[in-house]
Amino acid sequence: MDPVATTTLLTGETTARRTTVFMKFLMATTGALFVFYVLMHMYGNLKIFAGPAAFDEYAEHLREILVPILPYSGFLWLFRALLVVSLVVHAYAAFTLWSRANGARPQRYAVKNAAKGAARTKMMRWGGVTLLAWLIFHLVQFTIAKVNFNGAFSADKLKLDGHPSTGLLVIASFQLWWVVLIYLIALVALGMHLFHGVWSGAQTLGWTNSATSRRLAHTTAHLVAGIVVLGFAIPPLAILFGIVKG
Amino acid sequence: MNLTLNIWRQDGPNAQGRMVTYQLADVSEHMSFLEMLDVLNEQLVEKGEEPIAFDSDCREGICGMCGLMINGKAHGPEVTTTCQLHMRSFHDGDTITVEPWRATAFPVLRDLVVDRSAFDRIIQSGGFISVNTGAAPEAHSVPVPKPKADRAFESAKCIGCGACVAACPNASAMLFMGAKVTHLGELPQGQPERWARVVKMVSQHDHEGFGGCTNTGACADVCPKEIPLDVINQLNKDLRGSMSKRA
Amino acid sequence: MTTTNPTRPAADTFGMYTVGAPIADTKAPTTVPIDKMWTTRKFDAKLVNPSNRRKLSVIIVGTGLAGAAAAASLGEAGYNVQVFFYQDSARRAHSIAAQGGINAAKNYNGDGDSVYRLFYDTVKGGDYRARETNVYRLAEVSANIIDQCVAQGVPFAREYGGLLDNRSFGGTQVARTFYAAGQTGQQLLIGAYQALERQVAKGTVTQFKRHEMLELIVVDGRARGIVARNMATGELETHLADTVVLASGGYGNVFFLSTNAMGCNVTATWRAHRKGAYFGNPCYTQIHPTCIPVAGDYQSKLTLMSESLRNDGRIWVPKRAEDCDKDPRQIPEDDRDYYLERIYPAFGNLVPRDIASRQAKNVCDEGRGVGPKVGDFRRGVYLDFAESIQRLGRAAIEEKYGNLFDMYAQITGESPYEVPMRIYPAVHYTMGGLWVDYDLQTSITGLYAAGEANFSDHGANRLGASSLMQCLGDGYFVLPNTIRDYLANGPFPKVAADAPEVTGALAAAQARIDRLMAINGERTVDSFHRELGHIMWEYCGMERTEEGLLKAIGLIRSLREEFWRNVRVLGSADSLNQSLERAGRVADFLELGELMCIDALHRRESCGGHFRAESQTEDGEALRHDDEFLYVAAWEFAGGADGVVGTPVLHKEDLVYKSIELKQRSYK
Repeated sequence: MDPVATTTLLTGETTARRTTVFMKFLMATTGALFVFYVLMHMYGNLKIFAGPAAFDEYAEHLREILVPILPYSGFLWLFRALLVVSLVVHAYAAFTLWSRANGARPQRYAVKNAAKGAARTKMMRWGGVTLLAWLIFHLVQFTIAKVNFNGAFSADKLKLDGHPSTGLLVIASFQLWWVVLIYLIALVALGMHLFHGVWSGAQTLGWTNSATSRRLAHTTAHLVAGIVVLGFAIPPLAILFGIVKG
Repeated sequence: MNLTLNIWRQDGPNAQGRMVTYQLADVSEHMSFLEMLDVLNEQLVEKGEEPIAFDSDCREGICGMCGLMINGKAHGPEVTTTCQLHMRSFHDGDTITVEPWRATAFPVLRDLVVDRSAFDRIIQSGGFISVNTGAAPEAHSVPVPKPKADRAFESAKCIGCGACVAACPNASAMLFMGAKVTHLGELPQGQPERWARVVKMVSQHDHEGFGGCTNTGACADVCPKEIPLDVINQLNKDLRGSMSKRA
Repeated sequence: MTTTNPTRPAADTFGMYTVGAPIADTKAPTTVPIDKMWTTRKFDAKLVNPSNRRKLSVIIVGTGLAGAAAAASLGEAGYNVQVFFYQDSARRAHSIAAQGGINAAKNYNGDGDSVYRLFYDTVKGGDYRARETNVYRLAEVSANIIDQCVAQGVPFAREYGGLLDNRSFGGTQVARTFYAAGQTGQQLLIGAYQALERQVAKGTVTQFKRHEMLELIVVDGRARGIVARNMATGELETHLADTVVLASGGYGNVFFLSTNAMGCNVTATWRAHRKGAYFGNPCYTQIHPTCIPVAGDYQSKLTLMSESLRNDGRIWVPKRAEDCDKDPRQIPEDDRDYYLERIYPAFGNLVPRDIASRQAKNVCDEGRGVGPKVGDFRRGVYLDFAESIQRLGRAAIEEKYGNLFDMYAQITGESPYEVPMRIYPAVHYTMGGLWVDYDLQTSITGLYAAGEANFSDHGANRLGASSLMQCLGDGYFVLPNTIRDYLANGPFPKVAADAPEVTGALAAAQARIDRLMAINGERTVDSFHRELGHIMWEYCGMERTEEGLLKAIGLIRSLREEFWRNVRVLGSADSLNQSLERAGRVADFLELGELMCIDALHRRESCGGHFRAESQTEDGEALRHDDEFLYVAAWEFAGGADGVVGTPVLHKEDLVYKSIELKQRSYK
């Protein structure tokens, strides 16, 4: 009957958990976790203004959360595990939807004018990839390998009370203009990702059913993006311009 | 006005398509876009060339049969159906590129004609209220609050033209589905099947090969019936609801 | 009052037709009172055991309100239904374009409505040319339609209390019209479409989209199937069943320009007519006075504007022809002719549709029309809101007519707030169609017709908001009950795929296509269609005369002859070919047009939408001749090969009014 389309009506049980919308729920909920995490991280970064010692103390304190109940660093590792799982889920959902979208329109339009929609989606996807690349760099730099690019700081100079200090590493790193630049670029990507992500997540979770809630979601998206970009940009810039010193 | 038209020609579903350029002179600004194509077709037939195939039926913006990608915009520069677009929206000397809706789920049959059967199958999967003829209770036995009735109507205005899919960067049909889910879900009559309906419709949608939604709003921007984006929100909400309320 | 005119000469057939035996409906149980007939008929109609229904098959052509409703209901009942339509989805049938609303005798407003009153209004509105038993049943089932649609989720307009809102429509004195903004047809059709798709999913109904019926298959005197062309692949297919239902709509497109959709056509019903189904009252056409005028030769269709505009707009043309191309705002009051207010001081701009239409034509014929010249004349009159805007304020007008004004501006590029609107009448509904009995069965056993495709319940004129009612009444409630009486005798003997009737029908359809493809003449299909439309509009439109109709018949015959010699259809028949589709439809319109003219010629009276200039009162009102024409004209085909139309045979069905008094329609 249908001359071309050979698709048929689905038979048998269907489940919400196998739909693209459920994929979006996964993205939205894991995204929400990252928003929470990023805000906490930003708060922690601002400790650098109280000096590297305070910064290190804060990092140390994170390892002691729930300590009598959990072993030392237990909470941190659980949280890290959760973040890694979330990241995998978030990225997996994103890539699945991306490849679906490519499959949904293999033949492109000769004239592209769907500016707004296409730009936003591209921004989320390529922005997301940018963020992923940067995240690996960031983790290697400050968490996994603790790499120092600043020749002015020897390994000894990065120690505080005989222990390697992350606070000093941060200060050393952001005295380099190109490191700051990398972070600023990543922040722009993060800001845009958050702006559309927060709004989109609210829509995906079905929280934008009224004009008021839509306005609220837009405002929140602007606020979160603005606060995060500013909050993260201030410490590196302060270090670069010598306001915060080692 | 005189126009240069780049139009997608494709002899059949499996044939290789190509853009063909035509010159059309003395186009009246009062013509509708489709009447302009009618005139071009008459000239082609007189010259012995096969006319361009395109779908249209009511030509008053309600049947949803027409739909062309005009200069990269679904239904062209105005927010209306292609049949209600008039040539006064263009200028002398313009080059206009006309393409069919592009989506895996909407295969091209010929030239600018696509097969939108996927929409019918989405409705078949659950876009209805199950009531047999003669089984209906008295119409006034269930009052419907006016705001709900109004929202149901606003969503029911969808004409199934497919512009939302055509414009969406992911070729997603969420606006089409959201409109139906909202229409039926707002009404008391639609409640018994509400949770099962959304799951079945979205599953069929995915099965058809439409993309997922990325909340860009490109669909709502081109919808000739101005279906708002919040019907997708409603669909998401109902799907979430289905996970706890279905059983 | 029955008018008699002893001086009228005896009917002359002009050699155009012959008179056959009278016919009558035999299905309505006329021994019981009219309000018991439908119940009686439903009881008397045989039942089919549910377990046997799957073995009984039904073909339905068309998925408008009548077809979709019938297909869904018969599918629900368990019959094996196959449904065919030319669009790409069942949801697109032209019922979708109906704006105003749907009548039903619910009497929710307590304003004195009843089944009888709806029946009375419909018969009277139809100028006493409808069969009263059918109309009464229609009024009776009307209330059930609303219940059904509400249960399906049709979002009718509601009041703040949550109950359904009604409005009065088309000058009725009760508010019985249910509506969904200006898109009632769309909402009702989507309801029926969804019910249909539900059955498709269940497997009781099979859809054949982009399929056009080209032949009816009749075996042993029974309709047993159709030949359809798959328009996407060009393939000709035969489909067999126990019964066939035609719900393929009206034939307004014979006029080329009408408010019908581009694809609306007469082919399904005409092919059935050629196989023996009588065509009832083909000349009854409804012409709507408030449409957007033709703007140029390229025009492909006309758009209706709601009649409600006449409540606040004043209709005028310039007094002098030389003012016609002036800016209307520059024409002083003294130089304007508010012709309806002048001729009909009591009714003014609110005269009935047919009078408003005819007077617009008259002033334009005098050369006083406005707007662009199309051919030799300007075809348009002003509908001016300047005074209303001044009196009520722009906001009030905007609230009432905002969406209509926007639609007008979209199409014409002119704002009715600034410049008077231009309107002109256009064809938008055909009351005629296949003759059917009380069961909606045509004169071919096993062939049914529903909706606008049958000659219907509207007599010579249809009231506003009644077409949706009739289509859904036929589809949901009448057909499923009457068709079982026929199917209870089935399944009928299996028809072999190579039976001569089947291969013959297939060969005929193939031959016709081959012939159209082979002509390779000079003129496009549309040019023939446009010319036919001009002839029909000029001589078989708002006002018909003996002289004009005779002339039209001659013109149509020579145009048809030229068509079969000189049409140009390019491309191939075995792929999607829109020129070929149109050529087939125009070929049938060229035959139908002649029959319409013959019917109009034979009916030497004015009634409803049929106005014969020779039959009018001194005031120019339609004058019926009940002594001579109180019957349905059911025409039998007597022609031959494609393009050959013999002398049709007229069968008269006398109209008997027992439950309503016959009166002359009057607007005084």
